[in-house]
Amino acid sequence: MAGKLLFKGREKDPPHLVSDSHQFVFSADIISTVEFNYSGELLATGDKGGRVVIFQHEQESKNRPHLRGEYNVYSTFQSHEPEFDYLKSLEIEEKINKIRWLPQQNAAHFLLSTNDKTIKLWKISERDKRAEGYNLKDEDGRLRDPFRITSLRVPVLMPMDLMVEASPRRIFANAHTYHINSISVNSDHETYLSADDLRINLWHLEITDRSFNIVDIKPANMEELTEVITAAECHPHQCNVFVYSSSKGTIRLCDMRAAALCDRHSKFFEEPEDPSSRSFFSEIISSISDVKFSHSGRYMMTRDYLSVKVWDLNMENRPVETYQVHEYLRSKLCSLYENDCIFDKFECCWNGSDSAIMTGSYNNFFRMFDRNTRRDITLEASRESSKPRATLKPRKVSTGGKRKKDEISVDSLDFNKKILHTAWHPKDNVIAVAATNNLYIFQDKIN
Amino acid sequence: MFPKGTKRKFSDSGEEAVSSGDQGPASPSVAARTLSSSYSLQRQSLLDMSLIKLQLCHMLVEPNLCRSVLIANTVRQIQEEMTQDGTWQIMTQALAAAQCPTDRLVATEVLCRQTDAAAQAGQSPKPYSVVGVEEGYHSEEVVMEGDVETDVTMSTLSPVSPQLSSASYLAGPFGMGPCWEEEEEDGECEEEEEEDSEECVSEGEEGDGDHLSADSRTGEQVFGTFEIKHPAPPPDPALEELFSDVDPSYYDLDTVLTGMQSAPKMGPYDLLDSLSSHGPTALSSSSSCRSDLNELDHIMEIIVGS
Repeated sequence: MAGKLLFKGREKDPPHLVSDSHQFVFSADIISTVEFNYSGELLATGDKGGRVVIFQHEQESKNRPHLRGEYNVYSTFQSHEPEFDYLKSLEIEEKINKIRWLPQQNAAHFLLSTNDKTIKLWKISERDKRAEGYNLKDEDGRLRDPFRITSLRVPVLMPMDLMVEASPRRIFANAHTYHINSISVNSDHETYLSADDLRINLWHLEITDRSFNIVDIKPANMEELTEVITAAECHPHQCNVFVYSSSKGTIRLCDMRAAALCDRHSKFFEEPEDPSSRSFFSEIISSISDVKFSHSGRYMMTRDYLSVKVWDLNMENRPVETYQVHEYLRSKLCSLYENDCIFDKFECCWNGSDSAIMTGSYNNFFRMFDRNTRRDITLEASRESSKPRATLKPRKVSTGGKRKKDEISVDSLDFNKKILHTAWHPKDNVIAVAATNNLYIFQDKIN
Repeated sequence: MFPKGTKRKFSDSGEEAVSSGDQGPASPSVAARTLSSSYSLQRQSLLDMSLIKLQLCHMLVEPNLCRSVLIANTVRQIQEEMTQDGTWQIMTQALAAAQCPTDRLVATEVLCRQTDAAAQAGQSPKPYSVVGVEEGYHSEEVVMEGDVETDVTMSTLSPVSPQLSSASYLAGPFGMGPCWEEEEEDGECEEEEEEDSEECVSEGEEGDGDHLSADSRTGEQVFGTFEIKHPAPPPDPALEELFSDVDPSYYDLDTVLTGMQSAPKMGPYDLLDSLSSHGPTALSSSSSCRSDLNELDHIMEIIVGS
């Protein structure tokens, strides 16, 4: 794949510096979510500072038809601001946890962005014309004296430089006691769900002061709490079906037609544990960090700490495919527990045809698996190893004692460089990879 | 691989010993299982690490509930295994035997510090450092309180009797008032504090409907049930009563940080009165005080239980 590196600029202050293995990055710049829209024309990123940056795919240039167009910045806006909860004396982070696009229905684009507590619907619209020749005001906006107006004219639309405006159209607040981890737009394009650690709510896009609680796993006594919701998603075609995953490695599929409160699942997906690999960390590494339906709606994919699993929705007792992401970390679990890396939440994604899946790892590595050929590849997203337009070189982590040339030993992996967020273009072979505060976009060369 | 200064508790190759030592069907005779000393050291170390993680949460932002749940489950798993081994009883008995009256006072002072946070700011010593240094144990130990009917709470054993310490760690990582408060279910949301004692130690109801907690997958180690009869010294009923009504939300972090006390609430003051009458003067042991603000934060963390 040819690589193109995009950097995101930085203006906000005061900066909070975070050490990124001998390199300081502004923590507010750390990308926290990446999402293509339905057509793939737009790519949205959210960061820890509450900003959303949208990139747009430029049309292919006539000069270089062998390359796809590039993605350039289209719009930047501040989605969420830090808040302070006075009752609990706690800050509410402005970090954008998730962005989800709405299907496009007119010239404007809509997306939902959420932090821990509040979901916002943003409208992104273009303005490339301006009306000139108003009767009641001058060209510079000053009001004209009505007595001076002696004739009427019709304002004329004149072209202007393209301006992209983002405006918040809805604010869905105060419905989540715990931290929102997922939002998902329903296939009816009218409703969406939001999930926090213990509850899932169903919203109507037009109604902000009410939402339906459809899942509630909060125990009567919080001391009994042993399991939380980690991710949730609506089925891509069946608007009554959604799934949610848990910290115990289980997935529940619910049908909203069955009951108003979907505490009873319709299907329960869990792989029996392998007793020979049991350890104190078994539960932690089984916790599912992401769940994604395939585009077809027949399968779903889950990401736990060491693997990615593909499930057939018709088979609950085990996944149909399991891919090891970084099995060499299994012997390092205690260290990873100590430095908290074991709690990292990696995401996963399908390609447009559901033939391949992708997920991130450490050392700025990310992994892609071809489901048909069963081949996998490890690539690195870093400035040092990928010049623009250069083909990415496959990477390998040496697991045995003998390290081959070009291989990297497990102990020299940089665990501060983690790729948690990746996105795949819905149609083309274009991927977006977020490496801390940098966004990488890779695409296939067209031969 | 790790930031400088991070002390690795034990080698990763040792972790395999931990895993391999943990597997296999439940042997009917726990004593028959040979536990290498390195395994129990490693397990102990893991337990301590987990407890520290539970306590050292972000103070300004709400802690990550998923992470807390996973760590707490790990702690329970270790406790379960140690209880089966019989090492749990040995440890708690040793700790109980090592306590002295001064320690009790220290912890009492810490608990009662809310009454006059400004005056005592910085004067409260670390409750657990007393034990840690002398006994060679790690500072926090976890005591499982158990009745048959009640839910067990994890609590930190400060140098006091287990019952007092349980208050300092009320409700484990989830039941903290400041963090896990309920919201009103109406449009103009106001957040209200949990008034009932759902986070308290000795009270508890069997939560029904928590169908997620009964996890049979783990075989002999059952995490979801807390009906472990802990063979500890019999709890002091008077102290249990005292702590039954305390709502950890009273231990307002904001109070400590700003050095000011908000409108006095019921719990801590009742506590103070009862304790004062119960034992010797509680507020006199300031000889070992330190005025470090970090100490203050550290103690606050224990009390708030975050």
